This record gives sequence, C-alpha cells and structure tokens, in this order.
Amino acid sequence: MKIELKLNGKDVAWDCAPHEFLTEALRRHGLLGTKRGCESGDCGACSVLLDGEEVPSCLVLAAQAAGHEVTTIEGLGDFAGPHPLQKAFVDHTAIQCGFCTPGMVIAAKALLDVEPRPSEHAVRECLAGHPCRCTGYVKPIQAVLAVAATNAGGEAR
Amino acid sequence: MNKPILGAPDGEAWDTGAGSLGEVDRYTAVGKSPERVDALKLALGKGTYADDVALEGMLHLKLLWSPHAHARIVSIDTREAEKEPGVRCILHHGNVARIPYTTAGQGHPEPSPYDTFIFDKKVRFVGDRVACVAADSPEAAARAVAKLRVVYEVLPAVLDPQQALLPGAPVIHDEPEATGLPGFDKARNIAAAMDVDHGDVEAAFARAELVLERAYSVPYQAHCALEPHSAVTWLDEDDRLVVRVATQVPFHSRRILARILEVPVQRIRVVKPRIGGGFGGKQEILLEDLPALVTLRTRRPARLVLTRAEEIVSSRLRHPQLLRWKSGVMKDGRLVAQELEVLANTGAYGAHALTVQTCTAGKTLPLYRAEAYRFRMKTVYTNLPVAGAFRGYGGPQGFVALESHMDELAGMLGMDPIEFRRRNVVGPGDENALAQALGEGKEGPPQRFRSCAMQECIDRGMAAIDWARRPTLPRTGTVRRGMGMSCLMHGSGIPGVDMGSARVKLNEDGSFNLHVGATDIGTGSDTILSQIAAETLAVPVGKIVIYSSDTDHTPFDTGAYASSTTYITGVSVKKACEGARRQLEDAAAEMWRHRGDACDRAALFVKDGAVCRPDGERLSYADICLSTFYTHDQHQIMDHGSHMSFECPPPFAAHFAEVEVDTETGGVKVLKYVAATDCGVAIHPKSCEGQTEGGCVQAMGYALSEDLTFDAAGRTLTDGFRHYKQFSSLDLPEFQTILVPSFEPSGPYGAKSVSEIPADGPGPTLLNAIADAIGIRIRELPITPEKVRRAWLAKQAEEARS
Repeated sequence: MKIELKLNGKDVAWDCAPHEFLTEALRRHGLLGTKRGCESGDCGACSVLLDGEEVPSCLVLAAQAAGHEVTTIEGLGDFAGPHPLQKAFVDHTAIQCGFCTPGMVIAAKALLDVEPRPSEHAVRECLAGHPCRCTGYVKPIQAVLAVAATNAGGEAR
Repeated sequence: MNKPILGAPDGEAWDTGAGSLGEVDRYTAVGKSPERVDALKLALGKGTYADDVALEGMLHLKLLWSPHAHARIVSIDTREAEKEPGVRCILHHGNVARIPYTTAGQGHPEPSPYDTFIFDKKVRFVGDRVACVAADSPEAAARAVAKLRVVYEVLPAVLDPQQALLPGAPVIHDEPEATGLPGFDKARNIAAAMDVDHGDVEAAFARAELVLERAYSVPYQAHCALEPHSAVTWLDEDDRLVVRVATQVPFHSRRILARILEVPVQRIRVVKPRIGGGFGGKQEILLEDLPALVTLRTRRPARLVLTRAEEIVSSRLRHPQLLRWKSGVMKDGRLVAQELEVLANTGAYGAHALTVQTCTAGKTLPLYRAEAYRFRMKTVYTNLPVAGAFRGYGGPQGFVALESHMDELAGMLGMDPIEFRRRNVVGPGDENALAQALGEGKEGPPQRFRSCAMQECIDRGMAAIDWARRPTLPRTGTVRRGMGMSCLMHGSGIPGVDMGSARVKLNEDGSFNLHVGATDIGTGSDTILSQIAAETLAVPVGKIVIYSSDTDHTPFDTGAYASSTTYITGVSVKKACEGARRQLEDAAAEMWRHRGDACDRAALFVKDGAVCRPDGERLSYADICLSTFYTHDQHQIMDHGSHMSFECPPPFAAHFAEVEVDTETGGVKVLKYVAATDCGVAIHPKSCEGQTEGGCVQAMGYALSEDLTFDAAGRTLTDGFRHYKQFSSLDLPEFQTILVPSFEPSGPYGAKSVSEIPADGPGPTLLNAIADAIGIRIRELPITPEKVRRAWLAKQAEEARS
C-alpha cells in the first residue's frame, strides 16, 4: 500500500506492506538511528515522535503514520548542527554504547517540548521507559537537566 | 615504591617501576575528559552497528529452538519447510560438520570444555539450537521454521546443580567427543573442578579462636545489552568470507570460525562495527557461524539477529553459584584462615566454566591477609540455559559471600565492620597469595600489590555517605533505614595471557592513524587509546584518527574482556607512539642536518605537534611528514607496539549504601550509593565515572530486582524486559562516584582497570545495609520483597516464641 507522511519536515510517499511496522519502514528507508532492542515496546530504542508525541515505532504500523508527522533522531540535528540535547549527551559523556541514545534523546525532546523546565523527577520518569545497561542513567539525566536549565521558560528547539 | 618482583623481559623493558602521581599534573591529554571520539555520531543516530547494513540479495536466518530440556533428535523432516517460497538453505546436525568446540571467546587454547557442536543430535536445554532456515525474508524464514518436523526422544532432565552431581543423574554430555581440562568429568556432569590449598589450612583453622561458616546463593543474571547479538556475512570480491558481527573478540571469532567452518584463517575477515553493549555476553562465538555457513553454501549475504526472548534464553547468562564461606579468626580480629567452596551451574554447556569460578576465588580470597586459604570448586552441567562471561566474571558472586561474611564475622567479634576490614585488608607490598594457583587454566604468574589506595577509598566513602550517621538511622516502625559497605578488588587483564597491539602512522597534516585490535563495545576505549596516543605524541586528541578491530586491517588483540583494554592495549599504544616519536625526532634531526643546521639529537623533544630544540627552533609534524614523503630521506613515519603483562594490578574500591526497608511490603529502596574506586590514574575521568555508575546500577538489578525464573520443565518464564526487571532511571538512587588516585607503575600513565569492579559491590553492600536496617541477614540474591517479607515474618514469629 502507498502511504504519505511528513518525515522530519519533508513530505514522503512510501510503499509499505499493511502489516509493516514503522520501525521496519524507517530502517528500510535508511533511517538507521531508530533501533530494534526488543520489538515489544519495552525498551524505547525505537522511539520516534508522532505528531510530537513519543511512540515506540515497533508498535506503530507504518500505515498508522499516514497523514501524520514523524520525527526521528535524524530529524533533530546533524554533524554541522546537532540538537542541544544531542550536544548535551555528548558533552556530559552520557553516551557509552550509544544504542539507547537516540530513543532517550527523542524522549527528552518530547518532554522538553511540553515542559521546558522539568524537575529531575520528571526527567527520570521520561527516561524510565529507556533501559540503559551502560550508563546507569546518572549522566543522561544530567544531560537533559543541563538543556532544561538553558530553557529560560521558553520552548526547547 | 616497591620494586617489581617479576622478571618478565617485556615487563622489565617497559616498566621502570618509576612514576608517581606528581607527574599526572603535567599530562596534557591523559586525565582530562575530552569529547568521546564516537559520541556525536551515536547521538545523531548514524547507522554504525552490525545490523545497520542491508545487502543486495541478503538472506535472513531464523532458528528452531529446542522445546525440551533434554532430548535426542530422532529425525528432522525438512520437506515441508523447503517448499516454503523463498527458502534457500536449511542447516541441522545432518548436514553440518561435527567438530567439538567451545563458544567461549578466550585465548588459544581455550580453558573451557569442548562440548559444543554447530548442531548436535541432542538438545540439552529449552532454547538449544535444533535447526536454522535461511530465506529471502525474515517472515519466510519464520514460516519455514514452523514447518520443520522434528521427532524427539525426550530424556529425563536435571535442573538443579546439586542433583546433577548425584549418582544416577541424567548425563548431559554423553557424547564421546566432549573433552575438558583436568577436573572435567562428563559422566558426573562436571564441566570444571579445582581444589587449591595455600598454606596449612588445617593448622590455621585449628589455631583460630573462632570459626564461622555460612552458605550463600546467587542466581542467573541476563546481560540485557540493548543491541541483540547480530551478524551479517558475505563474500567479498575476492571470494573471502566477511563477518560483520557484534563481538567483543573479533580475533578469537576468526580463529574459532576457521576451525569449525574448516576455512583457512586467511580466507576470513571479521569486522567489529560499533557494538551496542556487551558486558561479556559478546565474548562468545554465539551466532556468526550460522550466517557464515549459509553464505558459504549459498554465496549470498546472510543476516542473523536474535530477538529479545532468544537473547535472554539462548545467549549467555551469569553463572548461578552456591557458596560456602568458612573463616577462622582470632578474638583480636585477625583473620587466620579462609575457605571457600563453590558449586556453580553452567547450564547445558561449559562456556567459561572453569575460569569464571577461579575468578570467584581469585578476586575475593586474597583481599584479606590470612595464614592459609582453601578453595574447592565444581562447575556442573544442568539442563538450563547456558552461563558464560559476564562483567565481574565470578567476582559479583564471590563478593556477595565474602563481604557478607566479613560483616557477620565483625558482628560475631563485636567489632566495627569497617575497623575489622581495615585490620585485615591487603595493602601495598602484600603478595596476592593465590595468583599462581588460580591462573588461566594453568599456573599463573606470581603477583604482589603495588598501587593500592584501599584505605583512602574507605575514608572517602565513609565521609561521602556520612557513615557517622549510621547509629542514628531510624530502626523502629514500619520503614527502617540502614547502611552497609563492602571492600572490593578486581584485576587488570589476564597476566601472562592477554596481549594487545597497535600501529600508528603519520599523515602530512600532522594527524596520525591509530590502528588497534582492541574492541570498543561502549566502554570508551577508542577515546582512551586516542588520549594515550595524543599524550605520547604531544598532539591534541583530535589529531588521532582511530580505527579498531578489523582482522584484516588492525593488529591483534585478545579482545574486550578481563578489564584489559586500558591496561594492556594502552601500553601497546604508548609503545607504538614512543617509537613514532623517536622516528619524528630522528627525521627532524636529519632535516636540520641536511639544511646545514645540525643539532644535538639527544636534546630534542616533542611539544604541541612539533619536534623542538632547546634553542626554540621547531619543525611541525606536518612539515616533517611532507619532507619524509616527498623531499628528503623519504619514508613513512610509523611504528607498532605489542604488550603483554605478567602483572595484574587490581583496582580497589569501597562501596557504601543507605537503604530503606519497608517491613510490611518487604520492599527495599536504595536511597544513596557511594562508590570510591582506586583505578590508578583515570585516563578519562568522566568515562571512569560512567563505568562505575553503569556497573553499579546493573549490579543493583542483580541484587534486588532481576529474577530469571523457570518452570518445572526448564522453560524460562522471564524472557522479556517486561518480566525481567532491570533498574530504570526511576530506581536509580542518589549516586556518588569518587575516583581515588593512585599511580600504577606497570600501567599506561599510571592507569589500572575500572570497568568490572563496580559490578562486584552492590550485592554485598545492599545485603549488609538491609541487615543493618532490619537486623536480618539475607544470604541470597535477588533480595525480592517476598524474601524480605518472609524473613521479617519468620523473625517476628521467632521473637514471639522466645
């Protein structure tokens, strides 16, 4: 089937099988930042923004994204201009193996977009669906809080 | 400074025994925390992992796993499966070579039993390999797997390690080909065994004024690396087999693949791309043999990625152990005798069966001085999932017993648990009493501790957690608080075995390519090795372009395990860069001589990317490289280095925790955790903190929440993240990492290891804190609310009776 969606700000039209999950469709189109860690919605490695809200793309059919706006980690920033959250994860040594990082960054963006100055508890809650076996969460939490601290009550980028 | 006790030529040539913390202030790259060399690409989500390639014509593999804990395969009928459209290859025991090997990714010869075949006529646990289908799509492969018709002769199974040892127990490895090291006894289900006595154990116990003996139990733990085991294979344009695999041990993978696939080493290239976490689970030749076989047979690229359930059930786990610790002590608090007995469960196959358990003893027993030590160990087969290497490698199990026992001993003596430990713990100059007896499947080199800041770790940890508050914590009412601590040590590499190597070459912009066999699995080793190169060559870290672990393009390394990369490979990088630095100085001296401006070669030094003279003249590396490429005395400035150490300097640590125990629910909440670690000079302090935080939180799950459970038929019940509960960001306590500096003369720029020791601490630290809070000594992990509540009720009942 043919689906049309807005992906990282651009209109795209994809051929998808009706049963194809969004994770697979994204990866098939070269968007490899969306990871497969469990394919059951338990690890958050495949998180993307669907109309600004964090969803596990392994539980969303590609067809369900038709007519909607999808933002992946690739849509946040690039080498020349990383998103402040991406930069903060780098600066705080919050990345070890990096496999959970895109999901965490997406989750944090979803949070900061609606709550620019969240409490530490809110940040912990936001990352709670993102098991990370490397960092112990200390530095990812610091990274998100550091970006929040620069949000002078305004909206995150 | 204690003199080195070791006469190893390699060690002597490199290690002068000199160096001190004073020189650390002069370092320009080491001891800083620059941006990690791979962090930005990972933050951006670039596709760099094993499964991030899609090749034209790639086949997808799916496995049929055993539904039985123990069965003989009578027949496999593949006819219906073959009819499934898109099926290209089906592998099973009837059509692959039968060569015994071990999946343990260890040095040659591996000290693990050769008890595994690519496919066998027998299955030994629920989740064992039966057959594999390769098809054009994962869906077609899965459909075909469902159509495989297998007739099993179900055999009696044994799931309990003690029962596995009983006469008449089912024999799990009855195949004639299986072999192991001395102690291996397949007829009795023994994968490995060892008995060690050091000193006169009987006399020491006889002299002891008090003897305490206690039993402890620790469970399986799943690695839960977020990236599942993944491998993609293909034939390159020269018809060579390329294996792109999520591995910690690319060179062991190549060697073992060559043997079991019967392909010469030179026809195989193993590439380690970015790895999404390993923790020991990827120190295993777990799955790459299958896509490799499919590629060899079909000549098409092939891909195998495990699902999360397969990852938990059919990869590898931490060895469960039953431990019995017995100590003899004088009334003044002096330890005289220590005895440890371990019964470990390796599941259906014996990967790392010997060495994990020898490390259980090797990391724990020698931590405290005693007159005599005894270690008795058996690792047994059962029809349960397979254990293997897991961060800490026996240490987390052993320290649960040792550090619980030390608290219990102090209680028996009426001594403060910290004072008791301080009195007995080893220090600089002490001998590691068991180093020789507990080598890697053979006698190990003797060891003496040199750098050791254990007492300072205790001091600083006590201050950070405010140990003085301990007597004032609330210990009445429903919710009670307590504090506990533990002392730890680990190792740095496998002495006399682990070898790393590096090659460095100069480019005409003054940058350097650094090629290492070392495997960055998320530890930060690419960054740390770049820092060591930058320090040695006097350039910024940004001038180092590192490329790691590709068996065609980098020199050898044993791999990312045994806490060896910084300590072993780090020195190889330093040696290679020292050689390149000498060549740079030689070339500069020649350039000046050629210009008629001869200089004193011996007075030359390097600084800020240039060779400098005392009179202020300088030649940049870029100018030297351009000249040596094109103009005069043409040659490539490059060098290589290899390193192996006969020493294994332990990092030391003291961990502290404050917990809250709800006596009504049995729930335990960790309020604060402090880890004070002596890892020598921290090359990249932020990464050392990260290793500590991550290792501790992983082990808090082991201690409190991670519970791998099985039904009576041996099926794993907790085979997903929803039921197998790791610590999350909400469970994380207030956490403080303290890096206590020391200078290890045998390490690169004073460094020791840091990555495994954090995993050793939370188990005993939390057990001790819970005992302090509610006065109940639990001797078993995981400390689930049910166990705490039951123990509490039992205590209430006992108090009511008395």
